[in-house]
Amino acid sequence: MTNHPLKVIVAVKRVIDYNVKVRVKADRSDVDLSNTKMSMNPFCEIAVEEAVRLKEAGLVGEIVVVSIGPKSCQEQIRSALALGADRGLQVECDTPVSPLDVANILHKIQQEENADIFLLGKQSIDADNNQTGQMLAALLDFPQATCASRVKIEHNKAIVTREVDGGLLTVEMSLPAVITTDLRLNEPRFAALPKIMQAKRKPLAVKTLADLAIELTTDIELISVDSPTQRQAGVILSSVDELMSTLRNDPNVQMPKHDKEA
Amino acid sequence: MKTLIIAEHNQHDLKADTLVTLGAAQQLGQPIDVFIAGHDIGQLGQDAASVGGIDQVLTWDHEALAMSFSETLAPVIANLRSQYSHILLASSSFGKDLAPRIAALCGVNAVSDVIDIISANQYKRPIYAGNAIATVQNNAACQVLTIRTSAFSAPSHEPAASPAHIQALSIELPDMSVRFVEQTLSESSRPELNSADIIVSGGRAVGSEANFSLIYDFADKLGAAVGASRAAVDAGYIGNDLQVGQTGKVVAPSVYIAIGISGAIQHLAGMKDSKVIVAINNDPEAPIFSVADYGLVADLFEAVPAMTAHL
Repeated sequence: MTNHPLKVIVAVKRVIDYNVKVRVKADRSDVDLSNTKMSMNPFCEIAVEEAVRLKEAGLVGEIVVVSIGPKSCQEQIRSALALGADRGLQVECDTPVSPLDVANILHKIQQEENADIFLLGKQSIDADNNQTGQMLAALLDFPQATCASRVKIEHNKAIVTREVDGGLLTVEMSLPAVITTDLRLNEPRFAALPKIMQAKRKPLAVKTLADLAIELTTDIELISVDSPTQRQAGVILSSVDELMSTLRNDPNVQMPKHDKEA
Repeated sequence: MKTLIIAEHNQHDLKADTLVTLGAAQQLGQPIDVFIAGHDIGQLGQDAASVGGIDQVLTWDHEALAMSFSETLAPVIANLRSQYSHILLASSSFGKDLAPRIAALCGVNAVSDVIDIISANQYKRPIYAGNAIATVQNNAACQVLTIRTSAFSAPSHEPAASPAHIQALSIELPDMSVRFVEQTLSESSRPELNSADIIVSGGRAVGSEANFSLIYDFADKLGAAVGASRAAVDAGYIGNDLQVGQTGKVVAPSVYIAIGISGAIQHLAGMKDSKVIVAINNDPEAPIFSVADYGLVADLFEAVPAMTAHL
């Protein structure tokens, strides 16, 4: 394999800022996002940061950042450009998209871009699906490494350490491949002001779903959204002794039997 | 139509998550098949066949499947879709990695983290880190679901009167684009977080990796699993596989004891369905007290050893 500079596509999603408290609409139709601060999905930020670090290490030649949504998602594309991505692509779409829609769109984009690596967040903090990267990998018939906490690229291979139940699992994949990021992969930098200014001059193309010949999926319908049932605060106990005897007397608590408390 | 469960195992035993998924699948009220892939899984197949409540066990036994990758499994499972209306996996690392890959090959979206099965096509699932609960309807011909196991239980054990039929699949192995390099599993004699009856979790206030021995001692006396908040994990006091929260494990034990954990939203999302929550914190204003059944405002370095001495 020749050592051509790798091309990375990073997909980023505009979501409610992770510090904002979520409110459910009174008619239970959805979460209320009016007048809410929106930001780049934190896992997507980690994906951008990882791509930029790979580029800084000389392993990646070009970073293309893609976002799907209304014009406002260009803000998140510009943020990614300010962090170090080279050019942006907005896929114009005013309705919510499903994970399979995003995977279908990225699949189409890949037909033109021929990227070597897709770096995506493992999930978005709004829908919490954790599906898109795996779906894209399936459609492209690429290997996948989800929930990455370490990424190493060498000899046209990606060696990725994944966070899995019970520990860490390291796999080696041939490129092209899809990688989704977990929290501990890196700590994203803040964009410096000059970079933010430069980012305004970086290319940002816009395509429509029609340009890509994409029809949105309709298999999952959102019926309603509710607030979770709230737990009631219980009692504050005054001492360890009181706490332990209360626990022993709670029928829902099976404490180990011991003679000390008899 | 039938339901297919994709089993998860450690080569010797089916994982508890798979049995809980079986419990969830029974709510769909149709015959259930179980798919098991691996190497040398003859005994596992027989074990599954005797669990009860299973119509047929499909086994795919191949030496290259000692480490099962989604890339290999997904096309094989997707090819079975015409026989099944539902394909269920646990929302474990294994299930989350595999389910969407199967779904995409079936041309459908998956429903992730189902916490309630309302009907054969309506489900509840948490969104926004558990700060809202969505009810969704899945209109796909073959529905792919992942089951949040903390919200369901394994079927009450009634071993099969006669073992389920075992069908060995003979499938050619495609080229493998992924190679196993290494796995580091945390070795622990304590119960696993997902299946523990009692969990003792420590937060940033525990202060250091060495101080976590207080938590371990208390947990061991209780026969409890040990967990931690993200702050404690990020501070390096404990491994990330023990993190409880939206970005870690979502648990629902009988008793959850939070020690030195303030109760950030993302932590609460991971444990608020526990039956009884106990909080010990020196800050009476800590948000953890708003969800705790029993609270103790105390210095953990005094309270925890005293509690351990009580056991």
